[in-house]
Amino acid sequence: MEIKKELQGSKFNISLVGRLDAISAGDLDKVIQNELNDVDELTFDFSGLDFVASAGLRVLLVAQKRMNKQGTMKITNVNEDVMDVLEMTGFSNFLDIVD
Amino acid sequence: MDSQESKKLVIEATLDNLGKVNDFVEEFLEERSCSSKVKLQMELVVEEIFTNIANYAYGDGIGKVTIEGSLEDNAAQFRLKFMDKGTPYNPLEQPEPDITAGADDRPVGGLGIFLVKKNVDDITYQHEDGQNILTVVKSL
Repeated sequence: MEIKKELQGSKFNISLVGRLDAISAGDLDKVIQNELNDVDELTFDFSGLDFVASAGLRVLLVAQKRMNKQGTMKITNVNEDVMDVLEMTGFSNFLDIVD
Repeated sequence: MDSQESKKLVIEATLDNLGKVNDFVEEFLEERSCSSKVKLQMELVVEEIFTNIANYAYGDGIGKVTIEGSLEDNAAQFRLKFMDKGTPYNPLEQPEPDITAGADDRPVGGLGIFLVKKNVDDITYQHEDGQNILTVVKSL
Protein backbone atom coordinates (compact mmCIF):
# COMPACT_ATOMS: atom_id res chain seq x y z
CA MET A 1 0.00 0.00 0.00
CA GLU A 2 1.13 3.49 -0.78
CA ILE A 3 0.52 6.29 1.75
CA LYS A 4 0.48 9.80 0.30
CA LYS A 5 0.56 12.56 2.88
CA GLU A 6 -0.18 16.24 2.58
CA LEU A 7 0.03 18.58 5.56
CA GLN A 8 -1.25 22.14 5.30
CA GLY A 9 -1.12 23.91 8.63
CA SER A 10 -3.26 21.82 10.94
CA LYS A 11 -5.03 20.02 8.07
CA PHE A 12 -3.66 16.61 7.21
CA ASN A 13 -4.71 14.62 4.14
CA ILE A 14 -3.78 10.97 3.84
CA SER A 15 -4.44 9.14 0.56
CA LEU A 16 -4.24 5.36 0.64
CA VAL A 17 -3.52 3.38 -2.50
CA GLY A 18 -3.75 -0.41 -2.57
CA ARG A 19 -4.65 -2.74 0.28
CA LEU A 20 -5.02 -1.81 3.94
CA ASP A 21 -4.32 -5.27 5.33
CA ALA A 22 -2.27 -7.00 8.01
CA ILE A 23 0.90 -6.34 6.05
CA SER A 24 0.41 -2.61 5.46
CA ALA A 25 -1.59 -1.58 8.53
CA GLY A 26 1.59 -1.11 10.58
CA ASP A 27 2.85 1.58 8.19
CA LEU A 28 -0.35 3.58 8.59
CA ASP A 29 -0.28 3.02 12.34
CA LYS A 30 3.15 4.68 12.48
CA VAL A 31 1.81 7.75 10.68
CA ILE A 32 -1.17 7.92 13.06
CA GLN A 33 1.02 7.52 16.14
CA ASN A 34 3.72 9.98 15.10
CA GLU A 35 2.32 12.62 12.79
CA LEU A 36 -0.99 13.80 14.23
CA ASN A 37 0.39 16.01 16.99
CA ASP A 38 -0.77 19.38 15.67
CA VAL A 39 -3.56 18.15 13.42
CA ASP A 40 -7.17 19.20 13.98
CA GLU A 41 -8.60 18.18 10.62
CA LEU A 42 -7.70 14.72 9.36
CA THR A 43 -9.01 13.58 5.96
CA PHE A 44 -8.49 10.16 4.43
CA ASP A 45 -8.86 9.79 0.69
CA PHE A 46 -9.82 6.19 -0.09
CA SER A 47 -10.20 6.59 -3.87
CA GLY A 48 -7.21 4.32 -4.45
CA LEU A 49 -8.04 1.85 -1.71
CA ASP A 50 -9.48 -1.47 -2.88
CA PHE A 51 -9.32 -3.68 0.18
CA VAL A 52 -9.58 -3.29 3.93
CA ALA A 53 -9.27 -6.05 6.56
CA SER A 54 -9.57 -6.03 10.35
CA ALA A 55 -5.94 -4.95 10.82
CA GLY A 56 -6.79 -1.83 8.82
CA LEU A 57 -10.00 -1.20 10.74
CA ARG A 58 -7.98 -1.31 13.94
CA VAL A 59 -5.83 1.60 12.75
CA LEU A 60 -8.86 3.60 11.57
CA LEU A 61 -10.44 3.15 15.00
CA VAL A 62 -7.27 4.33 16.74
CA ALA A 63 -7.23 7.39 14.46
CA GLN A 64 -10.90 8.13 15.15
CA LYS A 65 -10.45 7.84 18.93
CA ARG A 66 -7.50 10.20 18.73
CA MET A 67 -9.26 12.75 16.50
CA ASN A 68 -12.34 12.71 18.75
CA LYS A 69 -10.04 14.31 21.32
CA GLN A 70 -8.33 16.85 19.12
CA GLY A 71 -10.45 17.67 16.07
CA THR A 72 -12.33 16.07 13.21
CA MET A 73 -11.79 13.12 10.90
CA LYS A 74 -13.38 12.51 7.51
CA ILE A 75 -13.15 9.71 4.99
CA THR A 76 -13.72 10.46 1.31
CA ASN A 77 -14.17 8.44 -1.90
CA VAL A 78 -14.92 5.05 -0.35
CA ASN A 79 -15.48 2.36 -2.97
CA GLU A 80 -18.27 -0.21 -2.72
CA ASP A 81 -16.13 -3.13 -1.57
CA VAL A 82 -14.50 -1.15 1.21
CA MET A 83 -17.89 0.31 2.16
CA ASP A 84 -19.28 -3.23 2.56
CA VAL A 85 -16.68 -3.95 5.23
CA LEU A 86 -17.30 -0.62 6.99
CA GLU A 87 -21.03 -1.35 7.08
CA MET A 88 -20.64 -4.96 8.15
CA THR A 89 -18.64 -3.91 11.19
CA GLY A 90 -20.74 -0.85 12.08
CA PHE A 91 -17.78 1.44 11.36
CA SER A 92 -20.02 3.33 8.95
CA ASN A 93 -22.08 4.45 11.98
CA PHE A 94 -19.32 6.47 13.60
CA LEU A 95 -17.00 7.33 10.72
CA ASP A 96 -17.77 10.56 8.91
CA ILE A 97 -17.90 9.24 5.35
CA VAL A 98 -18.40 11.90 2.67
CA ASP A 99 -18.48 11.78 -1.13
CA MET B 1 -9.13 -29.30 -11.85
CA ASP B 2 -11.78 -31.94 -11.19
CA SER B 3 -14.70 -30.48 -9.26
CA GLN B 4 -14.46 -32.90 -6.32
CA GLU B 5 -10.69 -32.83 -6.12
CA SER B 6 -9.05 -31.37 -3.07
CA LYS B 7 -5.73 -29.58 -3.14
CA LYS B 8 -3.29 -28.85 -0.37
CA LEU B 9 -0.84 -26.11 0.35
CA VAL B 10 1.70 -26.54 3.13
CA ILE B 11 3.38 -23.27 3.96
CA GLU B 12 5.15 -21.44 6.76
CA ALA B 13 2.71 -19.39 8.79
CA THR B 14 4.26 -15.98 8.20
CA LEU B 15 2.59 -12.80 6.98
CA ASP B 16 4.91 -12.76 3.95
CA ASN B 17 3.08 -15.81 2.64
CA LEU B 18 -0.36 -14.21 2.60
CA GLY B 19 -0.12 -13.56 -1.14
CA LYS B 20 0.67 -17.21 -1.85
CA VAL B 21 -2.32 -18.35 0.19
CA ASN B 22 -4.56 -15.90 -1.67
CA ASP B 23 -3.26 -17.24 -5.00
CA PHE B 24 -3.95 -20.81 -3.89
CA VAL B 25 -7.54 -19.96 -2.99
CA GLU B 26 -8.13 -17.84 -6.05
CA GLU B 27 -7.30 -20.80 -8.29
CA PHE B 28 -10.40 -22.59 -7.02
CA LEU B 29 -12.58 -19.53 -7.48
CA GLU B 30 -11.24 -18.88 -10.99
CA GLU B 31 -12.10 -22.47 -11.86
CA ARG B 32 -15.68 -21.75 -10.92
CA SER B 33 -15.70 -18.23 -12.52
CA CYS B 34 -16.91 -16.69 -9.28
CA SER B 35 -18.15 -13.12 -9.06
CA SER B 36 -15.69 -10.50 -7.93
CA LYS B 37 -17.82 -10.08 -4.83
CA VAL B 38 -17.35 -13.70 -3.77
CA LYS B 39 -13.63 -13.49 -4.55
CA LEU B 40 -13.29 -10.41 -2.40
CA GLN B 41 -15.22 -11.96 0.47
CA MET B 42 -12.98 -15.03 0.34
CA GLU B 43 -9.90 -12.82 0.21
CA LEU B 44 -11.04 -11.20 3.43
CA VAL B 45 -11.78 -14.59 5.03
CA VAL B 46 -8.36 -15.93 4.04
CA GLU B 47 -6.57 -12.82 5.26
CA GLU B 48 -8.25 -12.90 8.66
CA ILE B 49 -7.72 -16.61 9.30
CA PHE B 50 -4.18 -16.79 7.95
CA THR B 51 -2.93 -13.67 9.73
CA ASN B 52 -4.40 -14.95 13.00
CA ILE B 53 -2.42 -18.17 12.62
CA ALA B 54 0.70 -16.29 11.48
CA ASN B 55 0.53 -13.85 14.40
CA TYR B 56 -0.50 -16.12 17.25
CA ALA B 57 -0.37 -19.88 16.63
CA TYR B 58 3.35 -20.39 17.18
CA GLY B 59 4.16 -17.50 19.53
CA ASP B 60 7.51 -16.05 18.50
CA GLY B 61 8.46 -19.22 16.64
CA ILE B 62 7.68 -20.21 13.09
CA GLY B 63 5.48 -23.17 12.24
CA LYS B 64 3.63 -24.56 9.31
CA VAL B 65 0.04 -24.34 8.27
CA THR B 66 -1.67 -26.79 5.96
CA ILE B 67 -4.47 -25.39 3.85
CA GLU B 68 -6.80 -27.73 2.05
CA GLY B 69 -9.38 -26.54 -0.43
CA SER B 70 -12.06 -28.44 -2.30
CA LEU B 71 -14.99 -27.66 -4.54
CA GLU B 72 -17.97 -29.76 -3.55
CA ASP B 73 -21.48 -30.52 -4.66
CA ASN B 74 -20.78 -29.89 -8.35
CA ALA B 75 -18.71 -26.89 -7.39
CA ALA B 76 -21.72 -25.23 -5.74
CA GLN B 77 -19.69 -24.81 -2.58
CA PHE B 78 -16.09 -24.31 -1.59
CA ARG B 79 -14.62 -25.87 1.52
CA LEU B 80 -11.41 -24.50 2.95
CA LYS B 81 -9.57 -26.03 5.90
CA PHE B 82 -6.75 -24.43 7.88
CA MET B 83 -4.65 -26.79 10.02
CA ASP B 84 -1.84 -25.76 12.35
CA LYS B 85 0.02 -27.41 15.22
CA GLY B 86 0.27 -24.29 17.32
CA THR B 87 -1.31 -23.35 20.63
CA PRO B 88 -4.83 -24.79 20.85
CA TYR B 89 -7.21 -21.93 20.13
CA ASN B 90 -10.87 -21.95 19.22
CA PRO B 91 -11.61 -18.61 17.55
CA LEU B 92 -15.35 -19.32 17.64
CA GLU B 93 -15.29 -18.85 21.41
CA GLN B 94 -14.38 -15.20 21.01
CA PRO B 95 -17.18 -12.90 22.20
CA GLU B 96 -19.15 -11.12 19.47
CA PRO B 97 -18.13 -7.48 19.12
CA ASP B 98 -20.76 -4.80 19.73
CA ILE B 99 -20.98 -3.33 16.25
CA THR B 100 -23.42 -0.62 17.33
CA ALA B 101 -20.89 1.00 19.70
CA GLY B 102 -19.33 4.37 18.90
CA ALA B 103 -15.60 4.83 18.40
CA ASP B 104 -14.82 5.83 21.98
CA ASP B 105 -16.67 2.83 23.43
CA ARG B 106 -15.04 0.26 21.20
CA PRO B 107 -12.09 -1.88 22.08
CA VAL B 108 -9.36 -1.89 19.45
CA GLY B 109 -9.38 -5.22 17.64
CA GLY B 110 -11.53 -8.33 17.83
CA LEU B 111 -13.14 -7.93 14.41
CA GLY B 112 -11.17 -10.51 12.43
CA ILE B 113 -13.12 -13.65 13.24
CA PHE B 114 -16.36 -11.64 13.17
CA LEU B 115 -15.62 -10.72 9.53
CA VAL B 116 -14.87 -14.34 8.74
CA LYS B 117 -18.21 -15.48 10.17
CA LYS B 118 -20.05 -12.75 8.27
CA ASN B 119 -18.61 -13.85 4.94
CA VAL B 120 -18.95 -17.63 5.02
CA ASP B 121 -21.97 -19.93 5.16
CA ASP B 122 -20.55 -22.32 7.72
CA ILE B 123 -17.58 -22.39 10.07
CA THR B 124 -16.40 -25.14 12.42
CA TYR B 125 -13.45 -25.66 14.73
CA GLN B 126 -11.93 -28.93 15.91
CA HIS B 127 -8.82 -29.78 17.85
CA GLU B 128 -7.57 -33.17 16.73
CA ASP B 129 -4.20 -34.95 16.91
CA GLY B 130 -2.57 -31.81 18.28
CA GLN B 131 -3.91 -29.69 15.45
CA ASN B 132 -6.19 -26.68 15.29
CA ILE B 133 -8.56 -27.32 12.39
CA LEU B 134 -10.71 -24.43 11.24
CA THR B 135 -13.04 -25.20 8.34
CA VAL B 136 -15.11 -22.69 6.42
CA VAL B 137 -17.70 -23.39 3.74
CA LYS B 138 -18.77 -20.83 1.17
CA SER B 139 -21.65 -21.19 -1.29
CA LEU B 140 -20.54 -20.18 -4.75
